[in-house]
Order: sequence, then C-alpha cells, then structure tokens
Amino acid sequence: MLNNHAKIMQFFSVTNMVTGRKKLQKMIYILQKCNLPFEEKYQFHFYGPYSEELTLRVEELCNLGFLLEEKEDKSNYYQYNYQITSAGEDFLQQFSLDMPDMTSKVDMLQAKSSRFLELVSTMFFFDDLPLQENIEKVHTVKPKQKFSDKEIDEAVTFIAKLKQ
Amino acid sequence: MAYKDEKLSEEKVFKDPVHRYVHVRDRVIWDLIAAPEFQRLRRIKQLGITNLTFHGAEHSRFNHSLGVYEIVRRIINNFHDRKHWNEDERLLCLCAALLHDLGHGPFSHSFEKVFKLDHEYFTQQIVIGNTKVNEILERVSPGFSQKVADTIAKTYEDKLVVSLISSQIDADRMDYLQRDAYFTGVSYGHFDMERILRVMRPIDDQVVIKSTGMHAVEDYIMSRYQMYWQVYFHPVTRSAEVILSKILHRAKVLYEMRDYTFKLKPTHFVSFFEGEVDLSDYLKLDEMIVHYYFQLWQEEDDEILSDLCERFMNRRLFKYAEFNPNLQMDDWAELYELFQQAGIDPEYYLVVDSSSDLPYDFYRPGEEEERLPINLLMPDESLKELSRHSDIVEAISGKKRTDHKLYFPKDRLNELTDEAVKKRIKEILYGQGAKEDVE
Repeated sequence: MLNNHAKIMQFFSVTNMVTGRKKLQKMIYILQKCNLPFEEKYQFHFYGPYSEELTLRVEELCNLGFLLEEKEDKSNYYQYNYQITSAGEDFLQQFSLDMPDMTSKVDMLQAKSSRFLELVSTMFFFDDLPLQENIEKVHTVKPKQKFSDKEIDEAVTFIAKLKQ
Repeated sequence: MAYKDEKLSEEKVFKDPVHRYVHVRDRVIWDLIAAPEFQRLRRIKQLGITNLTFHGAEHSRFNHSLGVYEIVRRIINNFHDRKHWNEDERLLCLCAALLHDLGHGPFSHSFEKVFKLDHEYFTQQIVIGNTKVNEILERVSPGFSQKVADTIAKTYEDKLVVSLISSQIDADRMDYLQRDAYFTGVSYGHFDMERILRVMRPIDDQVVIKSTGMHAVEDYIMSRYQMYWQVYFHPVTRSAEVILSKILHRAKVLYEMRDYTFKLKPTHFVSFFEGEVDLSDYLKLDEMIVHYYFQLWQEEDDEILSDLCERFMNRRLFKYAEFNPNLQMDDWAELYELFQQAGIDPEYYLVVDSSSDLPYDFYRPGEEEERLPINLLMPDESLKELSRHSDIVEAISGKKRTDHKLYFPKDRLNELTDEAVKKRIKEILYGQGAKEDVE
C-alpha cells in the first residue's frame, strides 16, 4: 500500500530541500538509472526525461501534508521548493523499505544545477548508444542548450562517479 | 515514381464518427494500415475496461490511430507554404501519427504495471524491428523507420515535427478526447477543433496558437480536466482495473509456485511471467486472447484466481470507500489484520488506489522548464504561456485535486459470520454507526 509514495518520501527524508521541479524530476530519473528502485515511468520531453507520474505523486504527497511546497518568485519565473514535514516523517516510519542508501548520490546531485542535471539525465536516457553517438544525440535533441565540450566532459566524469 | 511519392489512383476514405471521413491518398499510408501489426490494433480497445462503466466505450486503438493521422493530415494541409514548415517532413509526420500507439498491448495500463512493461518500447521495436511495418517504412528510404521511431519517441531532431505528434496540444489528445467523449456518450470532451487547427502556427521548434484562438484552447483544456475525473478516473472503472491487476498478479504467483497445475496452461502468458517478453510473444497477445483465458480461469482450482476472474467477467466489482492515508494509516493496518482474521486475503481483496496510479496529462504551465507549455502567439510576435493569459487555465492548473480510495469486496464482508470482525471492518470503512448499504 502506497509503497511508491513511501519511496519518494524516503528520497525527501535524505534531502534537506529540493529546489525546483525540474531538478526534482531529473534527480529521481538519475537515481532510477543508478538502480534505485523508483518506479515512476519517464518519457523524453522537450527538456529531457520527465515523469507525469512523479508530478502527480508529489502533488498527492503535498495534498496529504507529507511534503511542504513553497513557491518562490524568481522575477521572470516561479520556482517550487519541497521539503518533508513531520507528518511525512510519521508516514515514512510506518514502512520498512528495502532501499539502498542513496545519501551520497543525493548529495552529489543536490550540488549541481538543474541545467547540468538536464544534461546528465539526457545522457543517461541515451545510454544504450556508444559515448560519441550519445554526445551527438544530446546535441541533436538539445541544440538550443548549446552544451559545451567542458560541460559534456564534466557530465561523463560525473556519471562515472555516480555509478561507482 | 519513388515509393514515397506514390499516390493511390483515387482517394480512399474511411467513414469516421468523429471526423466524418479519414482521407488516404499516399500509397505508404494505405500499405501501413493493411500491415498485420496495425490491424492488430482493432483487437485492443482504446479505453481498456472503461466499457464496464460506459457501455459504449468499445472503440479500438485502430479507430484512434486513424483519427490522429487524419488530424495531422489536416494540420499539415493548413501549414502548407507557411514559414518554418518543411514539406519534406510531411510523410514522416503522417507515418508517426498513424503508428504512434502501435506498441499498446491488451489492457495496457494493468499489463505494464504488473509485468513492468512499456508500450513505447514495443512501439519502437515494431517500427524498427523485423515486421511488415518496418519493411514498408524502409521502402520509403533506408533509415526512414528510425526517423519515424525517433519522432514517436520525441527524440527526432526537428522539434516542430515532434510537437505535432506529442505536445500539450497535439493531434493525439485532440482525437482521444473527442473520440472517448463520443463513444462513452458523455457531454464533456467537446471543443472546437476546427478553430484550433485554424489558429495553429508553426514556428521554429514548436506549434503555437495565435492568441485570438485562446478561448478555443480554454475549452480544450477544460475538456481534458473533465474527462479525467468523469471518465478516465471513474471509480467503477478503477475497481475493474484493480481486479484485472490482481488477476494478473495471482496468475503470475501461481505460475511461480511451480507445484500449481493450471487446468488451462497459460501459454500466451509464460514469457510475461518469466519477464522475457519478445516482440513475437507480445504481438500474439490481444484482448480477445486475454478474455479467453479469464473465461476459462473461472474454472481453476485456485479459489482466488477463479473468484477474481468470475468478478471480472460478470462485472461483480469491488466497492470502495474514501481513504486518507494521512489520517487513516492505523486504520489500514487494523483492516489488513481483520481481513486476514476473516479469511479474506488482503493482498488481493484490500487495495488502495491513488490518482497517481493512472497518470494522465493535466495541463502543465512548465514554469521551470519541466515541460514545454502551450504558447500563445501574440500580435507583436512574442510568445506568452497560456495560463499567464487565461484566468480559466490558471485556475485549473494551480492546486490539483488528488484522490485515494480503498477497494474491497463488499459481498464477502456481508457473508462474514464473525459478527464482531464484520462490525469492526464496517466501522472503519464507513465510519461509526454507518449504514450497510453505503458504497
């Protein structure tokens, strides 16, 4: 019962705060690709992998009072930040989840920008391709982002570290 | 003449209750419709088991796929000679529109959840694999099938082409909303598609809507919202879906037990149970085959499997009660134990169903670039996100309604002989002093 909700809550329990919906989407996707057992289904969208299921689940958790959503005015757009509530902690305690420790991976992801995570998640999405083809595909599907060679190299190193 | 340019000697039409006619002139499209993998869609219902709630909802993915093709055909006709539109992409758009749902299996949603499958993966496999569809696409030009697959997967380089097939206002949604409304018989789901098609404009990397057409788009967004709560997430349909999922779970558990012998060996399901579904196995399973098994599994020795199949076939569905996971976590634990005491296996007969279990696209303004929104093309050529301009859209894309329900077999509870257990279960489900006939 609500196991998938509990897994998402487990993620929020190890983050102090997640800043932004885009970052949240990419973090869960990347963790999924690192074999964390999140079951939200992702599809490729204009800005990379996106899960409507995750969006809905987070909305449910907010409506239940397990997550606090704060809307921050960033002048030309709004940013939504999320943190776990005490009711959310209580909810989570009812479950004995068999989840690997994700703290170090979450810390690594938290330290990065949503733009960088968009790049990393896109590279993960095409990880069945050899590296050079993967990079070409990233440039093909994201021409406007104009990812630099330096960013790509950094992403490749980052992915290798995540997989360790 | 090259195959890609071949036209039928005269235009063929399919009579269609939503678009009146579906027009086909391209030989490639005609051949694709005749391919076995496309004909298979006649045996996959568009709305799965919604016909148990809305009896008219018997339409198939075949109907819908032709409808999406027809809408894209009309959009492209309107785009002809417009700046940014590349006429060389016409056939690619039409093929992607026609084939976008090719990988759907029987009762897609439940099968995907239980067996951890993804219909999009199978769409890709059918388009680029060893199939008749692939053979036709490769006759157009070598590599064309990969372009079609990329367009459907939204990873094709031309984002304008992708946005016609899949965006927040695309041919797919415009067809299914109208078609589902027509076949279910509900009065929601209607909007002025002709008007929307007239105000669609191609720009660099997306389709946008001329601002004068905003009200037609508002109607479309409202339709989506209403269809979700009134049709797609109807609690009775959800009940049938819960039972369907539990049948598949139970059959898989019995198969894995190894010492259970099915009276009807689940031949068509074996690769699904084993988690090694190849394309050939996948294509063999359609809803008629699944119904055949469910019909015969009513005679199985396993009481749970036979009971669930009997419920599904004869529409003896579970009842439901509202459930608040925040306030009722203790209730859940107690109910689980009471069901066990009563000899009703809670793994199969006590189920929480949430709105996120049926992900459906509400309109998302995409404020942080998590999704591309619907953009209005203003008179000064600037773009403005829809909800920033429309109070109606802003209202329904704000705080979302969510829902959790608890499903259970009320008939089994009524048959309980242990009055204390029966009373306590009903108190939890319906509240203190509740009447028995409460849903």
